[in-house]
Amino acid sequence: MQQSINSRRDFLKKAAIAGGGLVLGFSWFGADGEAPAVLKGSFPEKSIGFNSYLSIAADGRVTILSPNPELGQNIMTSFPMIVAEELDADWTKVKVEQAALDTKSFDRQLTGGSGAVPHSWKRLRMAGATARAMLIQAAATQWSVPVTECTASNGFVLHAASGKKAGFGELAALAATLQVPKDAPLKDRKDFKIIGHAVKNVANKGIVTGKPMFGLDFYREGMLFAMIQRPPAFGTKIKTVDSAAAKAMPGIIDVVVFKNNVAVVGKSTWEIIKARKLLKVEYENEGAIESTSDHNAIFRTVMDNGKPEVKRKDGDVDAAFASAAKIIKAEYQCPFLSHSPMEPMNFFAHVKADGVELVGPSQTPASARTAVSKLLNISEDKITLELTRLGGGFGRRLKFDYVLEAAELSSIIKAPVKLIWTREDDMTGGNYRPAVRYHFEAALDAKGNLVGYKCRGVGINAGNLVREDNFPSGAVDNLLIESIDYKSPVTTGAWRAPITNFLGFAEQAFIDEVAEAAGKDPVQFRLELLSKARITPAGAIKYNIDRMEGVIKMAAEKSGWGIKKPGISQGFSVYFSHQSYVAQVCEVAMQAGKPVVKKIYAAADCGQVINLSGARQQVMGGITDGLGHAMYSKLSFKNGAAEQSNFHNYRLIRMKEIPEIEPYFVDNGIDPTGLGEPALPPTGGAVANAIYKAAGKRLRNQPFMDEPVFSGKA
Amino acid sequence: MPVYNLQINGKQLTADVAADTPLLWVLRDHLGLLGTKYGCGIAQCGACTVHMNGVAMRSCSLPVSAVRTAAITTIEGLSVDGDHPLQKAWDETDVPQCGYCQAGQIMTAAALLKRNPHPSLTEIEDTMQGNICRCGAYHRIREAIQLASTKI
Repeated sequence: MQQSINSRRDFLKKAAIAGGGLVLGFSWFGADGEAPAVLKGSFPEKSIGFNSYLSIAADGRVTILSPNPELGQNIMTSFPMIVAEELDADWTKVKVEQAALDTKSFDRQLTGGSGAVPHSWKRLRMAGATARAMLIQAAATQWSVPVTECTASNGFVLHAASGKKAGFGELAALAATLQVPKDAPLKDRKDFKIIGHAVKNVANKGIVTGKPMFGLDFYREGMLFAMIQRPPAFGTKIKTVDSAAAKAMPGIIDVVVFKNNVAVVGKSTWEIIKARKLLKVEYENEGAIESTSDHNAIFRTVMDNGKPEVKRKDGDVDAAFASAAKIIKAEYQCPFLSHSPMEPMNFFAHVKADGVELVGPSQTPASARTAVSKLLNISEDKITLELTRLGGGFGRRLKFDYVLEAAELSSIIKAPVKLIWTREDDMTGGNYRPAVRYHFEAALDAKGNLVGYKCRGVGINAGNLVREDNFPSGAVDNLLIESIDYKSPVTTGAWRAPITNFLGFAEQAFIDEVAEAAGKDPVQFRLELLSKARITPAGAIKYNIDRMEGVIKMAAEKSGWGIKKPGISQGFSVYFSHQSYVAQVCEVAMQAGKPVVKKIYAAADCGQVINLSGARQQVMGGITDGLGHAMYSKLSFKNGAAEQSNFHNYRLIRMKEIPEIEPYFVDNGIDPTGLGEPALPPTGGAVANAIYKAAGKRLRNQPFMDEPVFSGKA
Repeated sequence: MPVYNLQINGKQLTADVAADTPLLWVLRDHLGLLGTKYGCGIAQCGACTVHMNGVAMRSCSLPVSAVRTAAITTIEGLSVDGDHPLQKAWDETDVPQCGYCQAGQIMTAAALLKRNPHPSLTEIEDTMQGNICRCGAYHRIREAIQLASTKI
């Protein structure tokens, strides 16, 4: 039964009604992967809820709800770790559940911007600490001893003087009736027993045994299946539809045309796949029909003649360049990319007379529900949204186009329906990482000091594609950062570490070129710039100089930067993105005339590490992601249509291509600043800079594998 | 439509489907075995890997009519309690990120260890090259296979 709890008082009322037990409505779709029909559930029967995050059962089992969408960033483990730490819970007795969308109990229930832990850190700690204080108070009351003499540890409250000891489960009923303290004490970080340690993913058991937990795993009796044929080329729309042959296929219920969609609805996945191939749809042009060659021409024209938006201007750039001893210029370009999460887009929708039921994978469930509400003109309180686990996201599921498609289709056919995208639908269907090109110029004085710096970015549906306040801004007296966006029918969206996923490479590879021209060591050159930013800053400094220096020095030290290793060439990179800092050193060896990436060292400052195992995964996975896409992946266009459609012609990194990766973390005791994305942006730069050292060839365009250096003929 | 009697995870299961229906969709849509995943539909990603007579097969490209009397094993039937050495090693090594590809990774690795319980690093990489992990958990996948091979 789906209910939501609006306040603690509301909860206590319900708890009372339930006779000490509590029946709250949250998704029961979590760690152990229940049978697919049982998607909904609650805190366990007869367990006592303390706040929207946690409940405690009489046997001491603690249930913690994890509100944010889980897509592999391991939030479903790290959020509860924070609550459990401050609760002083016994982690082996903690059960984690994915919460449904519940904007009254939780805020920022979304996955994006590496922001979940930084945003929720304090409130998760308070959720645990508040309950802990109430449990201690309950014990003190029960034992008639001063509360200051009682302590909590590993699921128990203790009174040292009398030797009394009670489990959280025994105390929960009384504790939950006490006044909620406003300022429950938080632990000193030196006392952390869970936070900062390596804790296994709470979903491991379900994942390795194949339990249903993803959106595509949602099945319901009587549910229909649907796929949509969308326009094959950007800039086209439906002209005519002949669906007779598709409709005649076995298992097909209907073919529905809405907006630019032709939806095939049937009784099973394979039947709709087959029937969809028999659709005869004619399309006509309604916008520009672009090929990659057009995009390249657009980049040139707009770069040279476009009207830029000035994003930051410090000093007198023209004068600096006019008096420069040396000027360095370079351009960097990347292609469109598909997000390609392993689970293609899908969503279940059931639009009924009295409301809407939505189930599936979304990074932005609250926005999705709002959009469905507007689309169908049904108030949000009549729309429920259950979150499944997401089979990857990488930003693709920040968009909710597929949720709207499912909802609109269900309202048209008046039936519960699961909308499924094929891999081809996903790869050719848009919302890509935008293609961008950057033009850089640097002015050096006679001593090799960087006295002028210009960056102009041109993007295709990229929005603002510069990060004007990032390093080296603040370290160069005369600086101009400009952005130009070109509007195209090709749809784009945020892709893991939006903009910085390529800008990080471009800036850090260009800085390497400038250091070389200045005759300086790349690490030393960056440190000198930071030192200049600290002593005589140019304009506002919006990054933390100490933290950036810290990761630079750590990466240099751990990698043995500057110490000669036989047959190895090193490249350096550092980047600040979201709120964290990561420096990387890449090591490349030449094998049979081709550069091979052997190893990447990473030094990350994400503040307090929550889960050491998950943090290492985010760094290693982020680097692998950054390396793979820099090396291999591109999405090109011919006459408005994507030329790549599936993994046979869109290349992702595979096991044999991964280098050794050695992650390190700065332990500086500051609050967590996020790690889902920041390890990715520096990778391309470290790799390109190492390849330059090894092979003498500057790589300025991605994917690198398109460069002749990799054929051994450079 | 023809009725197929399939030998899956030691049981005989029946599906009434078109002959060209890939085993993947028979498992998922008709038999409720949802551990086997759809990733690409063209045998390029390995998310749908099952065993046919002990050999790793991409079920997305295997028509049900070609299965005949072969013994099929899916992730649900790999072990009784999730205690196959690979499943234990996967937890021990804390492999999964999003987790979507992992059943396919484990099934590919399980077929390898069945025919070669102590594979070299190169043999592991050659075998696993057909399985994509978009989260980039390859290091731990490799490590978990090496760990499991010491327990067999």
